[in-house]
Amino acid sequence: MTFQQLLFIGFAALVLGGGIAVVLLRNPLYGAFALITSFVGLSALYVMMGAQFIGAAQIVVYAGAIMMLFVFVIMLLNVRADEERPPRHRFLVWLAAPLALLLSAGLWLAVAGVQGDRAPSGEAGTVERVGKNLMTRYLLPFELTSVLILLAVVGALHLAKREKE
Amino acid sequence: MPPFEQLLEWSVKIAVGFIILMTMVAYLSLIERRLLAFIQMRYGPNRVGPFGLFQPIADGLKFIFKEDLIPLDADKFLYVMAPALSLVPALMTFTLIPVGGEVTLPLLDRPIALHITSINVGILAVLAMTGMGVHGIVLAGYASNNKYSLLGGLRSSAQLVSYELAMSLSIIGVLIQAGSLDLVTIVERQGGGWGLGWHVFWFQPLGFFVFLVSMIAETNRAPFDLPEAESELVAGFHTEYSSMKFAMFFIAEYANMVTAAAMATTLFLGGWQGPGVTRWPWLGPVYFLLKVAFFLFLYVWLRASSPRLRYDQLMDFGWKFLLPLALVNVVLSATLALWF
Repeated sequence: MTFQQLLFIGFAALVLGGGIAVVLLRNPLYGAFALITSFVGLSALYVMMGAQFIGAAQIVVYAGAIMMLFVFVIMLLNVRADEERPPRHRFLVWLAAPLALLLSAGLWLAVAGVQGDRAPSGEAGTVERVGKNLMTRYLLPFELTSVLILLAVVGALHLAKREKE
Repeated sequence: MPPFEQLLEWSVKIAVGFIILMTMVAYLSLIERRLLAFIQMRYGPNRVGPFGLFQPIADGLKFIFKEDLIPLDADKFLYVMAPALSLVPALMTFTLIPVGGEVTLPLLDRPIALHITSINVGILAVLAMTGMGVHGIVLAGYASNNKYSLLGGLRSSAQLVSYELAMSLSIIGVLIQAGSLDLVTIVERQGGGWGLGWHVFWFQPLGFFVFLVSMIAETNRAPFDLPEAESELVAGFHTEYSSMKFAMFFIAEYANMVTAAAMATTLFLGGWQGPGVTRWPWLGPVYFLLKVAFFLFLYVWLRASSPRLRYDQLMDFGWKFLLPLALVNVVLSATLALWF
């Protein structure tokens, strides 16, 4: 076993453990915490594949900004952990395993068809490459996303605005 | 597996960096108290050892022997995790900052670069670490189960999130000019020209101003130390903490100060560049330390001489003044980059 593989196993365990904990933990704040752990592991995996920019963006955007928002909402709404919610739709529990199998099968089919270089290239994820691609090949989607985010900001401002008497 | 030699080099650098950072944190607290005392015409701590030089050791011992309290209704797991969550990112950031160029050591046949690691997305990684540090503060506020802690934590995180935006935008000007996100490259680009190549002089003075103000706000220092406003919030998010857990928040705050000063040096004051560095590479760390010391002095000076802002003033200042200014700087830098 090489050093790289050891690191991979460690970070993959972090990602999976965090993901499982998000589903299993009843306390929402612990769940958010587990999700952060999972994101940090994911970011490390990106970096190991040579996608340094995506790795950093993963932490800045998801683990930093978005999870901060989650934590804020959980804290301010004061969601209680011990509140027992009535288990509605009990039959859904029995659907979980078949649906999970179906999803895994779908994912497997999607990934198995992919041909090409599976070794980390060490180049694809650098800032230069991402930036150049965003400004040339993917310019239209990039601009559209910006407009979409602007719309969301304006919408949020409109909703949060107090009516003037 | 990377060669053994490489691993050894990293370990030694990390150990040396950690020891230096910890020493700076310890003596920064002493220097701050002595300087504050000097400015306010008092003596300050001068009893322990010559000039009070052993005071940080005494403080450390005191922290260790204090009783470690956990409030009855606190969320125990998060309460214990929170100090670690704020300390670890504070220590990790320093790995990316170059404190000097390449030097030769006796007994080694190859030059050693005076930075722990250099990655393609250096600045983004630093910003990511800063963002992660906020979680510790918020969780500390929540887990203590105390209204002052909760309010302090909320204030602190709102402040950090707001000023992080202005800080990131003020850095963009530097990035446009240096053409790289790697801190090592950014420092190398600022060399020559008798210091006129530093970004603070060569068309980033506005960015420097925005960065300086938001860096003080980011580290929760006066006049932006709202989270710790004693008269309103007792001690903010760390009200309930004692002993080593409090010490960890304390170390994190001071390590963040050192890191912010080092970042300002690296981005705007030419890092380790200075006269004669090309001939004597060991001068690099000396210049670097002097510049960092300048910023640290500025921190203490501001704390001694300026009153605290009110919370709404703080938010107004960040969103309505600093953020537009940072945006103007981005546009200016991009335009100038086209011309030159």
